[in-house]
Order: sequence, then structure tokens, then C-alpha cells
Amino acid sequence: MPTAPHTARRSRWGEHGLAWAFLLPSLVVFALFIGYPLGRTIYLSGHANDLFGAPSRYVGAKHYTDLLSSADFGRTLVTTGLFTLLTVVPGVLGALVLVLLLENRIRGVRLLRSAFALPFAFSVASASVVFAVFFNPASGVLNGLLSHVGLGPVGWLTDSRYALVSVALTTVWMNLGYNVLVLSAGIASIPGEIVEAARIDGASGLRLSRSITVPMLGPNLFFLTVVSTVHALQSFGQIHILTKGGPDGSTRTLVYSVYEKAFAYNSSDFGTASAQAVVLLVVVLACTAVQFGVLERKVHYA
Amino acid sequence: MSTLATESEAEAQKADAPRPRPRLLAGRSPRDLLGRAAVHLLLAVALVTVAFPVYYAIAGAFMGPSELSSYPPALVPHSVTGRNFSGAVDTIPLFRQYANSAITATAITVAQLFTSILAAYAFVFLPLKARAVVFGVFLATLMVPWEAIIIPNYLTLSDWGFGNTYFGLVLPFLASGFGTFMLRQAFRQLPGELRDAARIDGAGHWRFLWRIVVPLNKPALAALSIYVFLSAWNQYFWPLIITRTADMQTLQIGLTSLRDSEMADPGLILAGVVLSLLPTLALVVFGQRFIVRGLTAGAVR
Repeated sequence: MPTAPHTARRSRWGEHGLAWAFLLPSLVVFALFIGYPLGRTIYLSGHANDLFGAPSRYVGAKHYTDLLSSADFGRTLVTTGLFTLLTVVPGVLGALVLVLLLENRIRGVRLLRSAFALPFAFSVASASVVFAVFFNPASGVLNGLLSHVGLGPVGWLTDSRYALVSVALTTVWMNLGYNVLVLSAGIASIPGEIVEAARIDGASGLRLSRSITVPMLGPNLFFLTVVSTVHALQSFGQIHILTKGGPDGSTRTLVYSVYEKAFAYNSSDFGTASAQAVVLLVVVLACTAVQFGVLERKVHYA
Repeated sequence: MSTLATESEAEAQKADAPRPRPRLLAGRSPRDLLGRAAVHLLLAVALVTVAFPVYYAIAGAFMGPSELSSYPPALVPHSVTGRNFSGAVDTIPLFRQYANSAITATAITVAQLFTSILAAYAFVFLPLKARAVVFGVFLATLMVPWEAIIIPNYLTLSDWGFGNTYFGLVLPFLASGFGTFMLRQAFRQLPGELRDAARIDGAGHWRFLWRIVVPLNKPALAALSIYVFLSAWNQYFWPLIITRTADMQTLQIGLTSLRDSEMADPGLILAGVVLSLLPTLALVVFGQRFIVRGLTAGAVR
């Protein structure tokens, strides 16, 4: 590499070489850890494997047809969809309400905005263990508060009716900081003249929000919805820490199912896990394709 | 409690209203004031909801076991104790795991910055025949969910003998399509005459890159560094499967084992959380304006 600049100075040919030399480190990493594993995931999904996970024989689409006919996998997909809905809708709407409230000219608004961004410092592990403490059926704060108003203890993580909601609640809180930061940046980029003009016309409060701020935030809201959806589909840590997919499989999402088949309980069923991973890939790519499709058409907005 | 706080805040607002925002509050109708009270109330409720877990994690880390399991739960530590911190250090190799997280996150940040700077420079300042195709490859890497390719990556790194090593923790993350994309956006803002001027002065690409382009793009580089460091520090799935022993695990995995351990009590867990939060809280509080820039880079493509 150190000699590259000298050759580059001499000729166009050298500049082309230099360009490739600069791109090479990234391309090597991508080839080894993204390109090759993509191919190998598809390869593994078409092979049966021995007890140690080594591929043994070609089975074609068997893993996929098995998945399609499996009631468990159907439930996993439904749980994944439900979890996505339960995290994306409250997460985006909650952040929108917060940033709109912060648009009111009140004192300490900068401090408040920083406070709402705090959850962004939490990793999935730290947020999950803090909420695990809250959800503790005997000593947790949540059941303590419920008992104040005379309600019986709730099995937040141990009752299959509530577990998915509890994990979703943790996720919404954890993502709120990011969502608030993104939407605040969006509001800050709305041209001041537009807001001023609306104020002069007498718009304020709800009217200003509904007619000016929210429509102008459209592209940001759309971006945030897509990103949140993709993140929700990829969620793993909070499920692993809080419920391990249980109770009774009620929080087993697609990614968690991949983990269980491939890594948990010495399972090493890489064939089935890879077929599920391909399903995940297709779902996420579809979401991204929607994003690019829409942005392509509304590029002047963004 | 929150209601009271809000009302008194609203009172205070009314009391010295003409001074801070004279134009806005002059001639307000009762309906407007009611609206403002509602805004304050909603914000206070939201603040309590969002900030409570942060507060409780910190307060709980200093509470004794009797307070943490008292019924109804204690919200303020009565006798501050440091026992949870020493307990956490005794239960897991916390300092070692702290170092593991710091080494891993720093290595990933430095490497991604380096590879992204080079690649972004190539896209902006160097002639390239297949530019569109190569850039397409970089963009495509952004769309592949890591969880979908985690099995082969685990197999590859284990085959290479990098299971349970720093190399195993770091290698897959040495380059990033996002970083390249973000820096390319930044580098493109530089006026083209800069390169011509540098050429006339006899500066080659290597010198132009490190003496001119990098120093002029410090804010974008800071944004990327913070973003990469935070994501690396907070990683969970990959360190969980690629490490096997407590002395190679990162802090995030240590937190979980703290929870699963026999002597787990909430105080130890919260003390671990507080320690793990120190660097990220500092970055979020002091680097917020950079973070916002990094987060939204993807939004304006």
C-alpha cells in the first residue's frame, strides 16, 4: 500500500489500480462474511445434517416443505408478525406524540428532549435485565404498583397471555430514544418560514401539528417505520434474556427459532435453521424493497 | 404526584409568563391555558414513564437486598450501599469483560473507520470503470440481515479456530457498507477545486486523503465513530454464540449470566447495568448532535 500513491501520481492506469486497492479491504470482508455465508445458508437449507451439524445429504426443498406444513412454524410466523406490530406501531406513534409535544414552546425543552433520548444508551441486554427486575412476579415494581390499586399479581413473563406484550413493552421503551432522535432531526429540518407562516395565519397546537408538522414529517415517519419493522423482525436479545421463547412458545419469533434450532440445547440442526434464516432474509428484503420503491418515487421529498 | 408537579409548573409558567415569551402568551384565552396545562401534564407523564427505568436502575444499584424486595417496592435508597458493586465483581469477571467489550468495540471502530475512509475516497475521488456496480454491492450489504447469515459465519470462524477469541469477535465487522455510504455523502460535499489545488501542489492521493479530506470531515467521522462504537459495545447475538468462557465474554453477555447465576439478586444485576452504561451514557449525553447526524444519514439517500 505505501507505494500506491507514487504509482497513482504517474498515470490514469495507476489511479484505477489505487481505486481497487482502496476498495479491496471492504470487498474482502464483504465476500467472506456476507457473500459467502449467503450462499452457504442457502446450501445448508437444502441439506440434511448429522448430529454435529455437518451437512450429510442433499434433500432439496424438504426443509421448506416441512416448515410450510408445520403448525409450530406457522405459529412462529404469527408471533413474529404480532411482535412487529406491537413494537412498531406504539414505538413510532409514541415518539411522534412526544416530539409534537416538545414543539410547544415551553421551558426546559432541550433538557426534556435529552431525557427522552436516554434509552438510546441502553443495550438490548441492559434494557432487558432492568425490565426483568421490573417484571419479577414477587419483588418487581410493576406488581408492587398493581397491588397498590388492589390488583392481583400478573405473571408478566410467565403467563403466555402477557409474555409477548411484556417483551414488546421492553422493546418499545428501548427504541424510544432512537425514534425520538430521528423524528426530532426531521422536525428540525422543516423550513422555519413554513411554520412561521402558519403561525401568522393563526395556526397553533393541534392544528399546526395536523396541517403542517405531521405532513412535513411524512418521509421521516416512513423511514422510521421501515427501519423499526426491520429491527423488530431481527429482535433477539430481549427474547433470549426475558423469556427464552416461552412460556409455551408464546414468544418464539423467527430469529429466536433460528437460534433454537442452530445453537440452543446443543441442537445443531443447521438445515432447518438455515431454511428459517432464508425465510427471514426474504421477509427483510421485501421490507427494504418497499422502502426503496417508495423512496424512488418520492425522492424529491426526502 | 406527577399531576401536582405539572400544575405547579403550569402555575409558574402563568406567573412569569410575560417575561420569557411575551409575544406568545400575551392575550391568551382560558382555553389556550387549559391546552398548555394538558401539554405539561402529558409531558410529565411521558417523562416519568421514559426516565423511570433509568432512575430505578441507578437507585436500585445502591439499595440493599431488603429494600429491593420490600413490598411495596422502595423507590429511594434509604441507606446507600456499595455492596452490589463488589458483589457483581465477585460473581462475574467484570473487569475482564469490561476490557473485552472495550477492546472489541475499539478494534471494530478503528477498523471500520479505516476501511470506510478508503472505500469512500475511492468512490468520490478516483476513476472507477464499474463504479455503479461496485457501489451497488456496498449498498446490497446494508440489506442483508446479520441474523440470516449468522450460522455460516459461526461455522467459518469456528473452522478457522477463532471461536472464543478476540479475532472471532471482531473479524466479521471490519468493514461496513453503512460507514462507506455515510462518508461518501460527506466527502462529496468537498469542493472539487480542492483536489485540483492539491494536485498542482504536488500532493498525491494518499497525502490529499489524510492531510485534507480527513481533517475537513471531522464531524462526519466523529458521528460514524460514535455510531459504530455504540453498536459494537451493545452487540448481543454474535458474542453470545462465538464466546464460550466467562473470561472471553463481553460485558453484555456477562450481564445476562449475572441474571442467570445462582446468587442473582436485583441489586447485583442493576449494579452491573450501571457499570455497563457508563461509556454509552457518556456518548449519548455528550455526543448527541453527532449521533443525530449519523442516525439520519440513511434517511436522506
